[in-house]
Amino acid sequence: MSDATLSTTSFVAARPPRVTTEAFWVRAIMIGITLVFLSVFVLLPLATVFVEALRGGISAYFSALAERETFLAIELTLLVAATSVPANLVFGLAASWAIAKFEFRGKSFLITLIDLPFSVSPVTSGLIYVILFGAQGYFGHFLKSAGVQIIFAVPGIVLATMFVTFPFVARELIPIMQEQGKRDEEAALSLGASGLRTFFRVTLPNVKWALLYGVLLCNARAMGEFGAVSVVSGHIRGHTNTMPLQVEILYNDYNYAGAFAVASLLALLALITLGLKSLLEWRFAGELAANRRH
Amino acid sequence: MQSRAAPAWKRPSIIPGFGLTLGFTLTYLGLIVLIPLGGLILRSSALGFSGFWALATDPRTLAALKVSFGLSFIAAAINAVFGLIAAWVLVRYRFPGQKLLDAFIDLPFALPTAVAGIALTAIYAPNGWLGQYLEPLGLKIAYTPNGILVALIFIGLPFIVRTLQPVMEDLDVETEEAAATLGARRRHTMFRVILPALLPALLTGFALALARAVGEYGSVIFIAGNMPYVSEIAPLLIVMKLQEFNYAAATVIATVMLAISFVLLLVINLLQAWSRKRLGHV
Amino acid sequence: MTRRRRLRSLFAALAIAALPLSGPASADTTLLNVSYDPTRELYKAIDAAFAADWKAKTGETVTIEQSHGGSGAQARAVIDGLPADVVTLGLEADIDAIADKTKKIPADWKKRLPNDSAPYTSTIVFLVRKGNPKGIKDWDDLVKPGVQVVTANPKTSGGARWNYLAAWGYANAKFGGDQAKVKDFVTNLYRNVPVLDSGARGSTTTFAQRGIGDVLIAWENEAFLALNELGADKFAMVVPSISIKAVPPVAVVDGNVDERGTRKVAEAYLQFLYSDAGQKIIARSFYRPANPKAADPADLQRFPSLQLVSIDDPEFGGWAKVQPMHFADGGVFDQIYRPSN
Repeated sequence: MSDATLSTTSFVAARPPRVTTEAFWVRAIMIGITLVFLSVFVLLPLATVFVEALRGGISAYFSALAERETFLAIELTLLVAATSVPANLVFGLAASWAIAKFEFRGKSFLITLIDLPFSVSPVTSGLIYVILFGAQGYFGHFLKSAGVQIIFAVPGIVLATMFVTFPFVARELIPIMQEQGKRDEEAALSLGASGLRTFFRVTLPNVKWALLYGVLLCNARAMGEFGAVSVVSGHIRGHTNTMPLQVEILYNDYNYAGAFAVASLLALLALITLGLKSLLEWRFAGELAANRRH
Repeated sequence: MQSRAAPAWKRPSIIPGFGLTLGFTLTYLGLIVLIPLGGLILRSSALGFSGFWALATDPRTLAALKVSFGLSFIAAAINAVFGLIAAWVLVRYRFPGQKLLDAFIDLPFALPTAVAGIALTAIYAPNGWLGQYLEPLGLKIAYTPNGILVALIFIGLPFIVRTLQPVMEDLDVETEEAAATLGARRRHTMFRVILPALLPALLTGFALALARAVGEYGSVIFIAGNMPYVSEIAPLLIVMKLQEFNYAAATVIATVMLAISFVLLLVINLLQAWSRKRLGHV
Repeated sequence: MTRRRRLRSLFAALAIAALPLSGPASADTTLLNVSYDPTRELYKAIDAAFAADWKAKTGETVTIEQSHGGSGAQARAVIDGLPADVVTLGLEADIDAIADKTKKIPADWKKRLPNDSAPYTSTIVFLVRKGNPKGIKDWDDLVKPGVQVVTANPKTSGGARWNYLAAWGYANAKFGGDQAKVKDFVTNLYRNVPVLDSGARGSTTTFAQRGIGDVLIAWENEAFLALNELGADKFAMVVPSISIKAVPPVAVVDGNVDERGTRKVAEAYLQFLYSDAGQKIIARSFYRPANPKAADPADLQRFPSLQLVSIDDPEFGGWAKVQPMHFADGGVFDQIYRPSN
């Protein structure tokens, strides 16, 4: 009766009846508006990055990337992603297990709390760690006497990145695991599997695409975060600059070619993320929460 | 088989690992999110109500909040209009390159904000790709509030489109057919039947785009003029206060922004609950 | 299998990331030079030259890391724990603040290096748009209504404080020491300021890139650099009748270098600034060298001659008096600058 099962692909096959579609000229205009709007606001910036990066030629492009400070910025970005993404991955798995497989009071409140970082401005996300760990912060004295440096050093950057990418994996896993319910796990347990075995052999394979999707988004954000990291980093060239920060520094040094070269790497990362994302959505739409929420 | 007595707030279950996973979840959540945010609130409250209020109502702060909030509202509204059209076009029509275009909708979501910032500046600066044609026409974009608007439109776009698309896909074609058989012309159907059905999702997307835009920093600071009272956004003001090591003011502004975000979050949740009641999802 | 593949790529990423940490980092020495905003190009040249020099002398490889920002902001960062080996800031009050708050620098640091620890000095000039449409010739033109002046925030930038004091110095000479009139003059000047950037480089960007303002008050070296990098066909330098001798000193941060064991290199690094090679680079980078004889005469000729007041003149009384009176919370600047609108 309802068209809920009608996927977009079957729309292609059947020509929509004339009464439920607009006149040709209306369609043409709307498509035109969309194309212009998206071209100007989305495609043009993307093209600009690559054109400006390659403006000086290919060899200038690669030598800009091989500059010591830039190279170290790339390494730091990878390091930050390699620490914050797995941490949030483990958290996402734990949280979604607790939320999806059990019934307890306060569950929706917990989910709201997990979503909190989404509603916090990036600058605030960095500020909160300065308030805690900066020299004037609550733990400032303690850290100074222990000789531990968090703000103006890599640990601060990792923490700020963990904060902004906190919900990404959990948000993808929770709905899908809730949808899948506990039947499979209960079946496995009743057949004698241990909890851990159940988790790795039953649960994980069921959510693998949603997990990958979440990790993908988490990683893209972790590598691209600017505001939060800018507040905690100290901008020490070659030491506490991630790629986005390095873009800003090169830009302010009047080194536009270098700034866009680094930006192009990040844009490439974004394109790869988009590509993999589309691939996952296309092939495993049913197993992702993606088409239900953003 | 577990034979422990389950806590009163939890239903008994044979699945193990509850204590472990919930404990880890709460600890991690507490350490990374709650305690730091709590520190912010604590730091603000240490100023006392009058101290807090004095800093919060400082003219420059209010101006920055007005700039941030006002421009975000306009950007989200523009996105609502064009995003609605774009979503409809992508869901209902067929044309070459459609799938590709659909994938690119998410670009603002995946592209780092600093990259977007310098790219947009390169385009709209007086000597930029588009700016060089627009400036002589008197349309200054870069380094004015218009530039901020462009950046906020960029980053808010996916929220509207991606919120609307699933709803549009699930629209019942039969309702439209019924309206047609009752004699309604297409335009009438669109505005009286389809649009109201889309309204909850549209508003949700609008609120999401708004919430994101209010806190946006990276893509805006390159293209904004950063002039107080004119084109200075609230997050930038926080950074300026931090650089002056005026932690008190920075904390207050951040807390006010947090409060605004929470209100928006609440609105979003209520909208989603409303739309769920009306349509069964969003 | 996906899990294994994912784990494998994760380990690969970690391995790549761990490479620099496992490398021969111990054989290299690193120095962190926390500097003020406009010196990016200067220290790029100095660092390269010093590293080569040090390698030739000792066979050791030294890497200098730089951090740039408004002088005041940088000082506060060092106070807050930024692990600087040397500080090369915009004015002595900022280094005094570090010495005072952290005790990591001895109170008599100024005497340890020649010329009161200043291997280079500079002054304050104006940068205007080509053709000088508003006809800016001197400080008086900056207080005229309708003229937009770009300068940085004295709370964070060292250059901004020198700008302010240069204006003050001019007004003081003009009004014969009448403090009320001087304050009025400076107030009117800041009334023409639409935006305060956090550092000298930021305000140059605002003026030159963002096209905001009619005149930029800038370090002399910044003005030269802007003409060089951004186009001599777009801007012109205007030299005011009176300006101030701006002295940006340097210091080793004893507390940090002793902890890190980098004292020898750090001291050699600062000494290098005074060497002939260093002074040559300084002059070439548009800074006035402490030892002009060591510099290339062609570079020296570029510097305009102008009447300079000094921070130690009676109307100022030195930084110890100026910093708290003018730039502390509630000081003269706070009283003057109330962004209008």
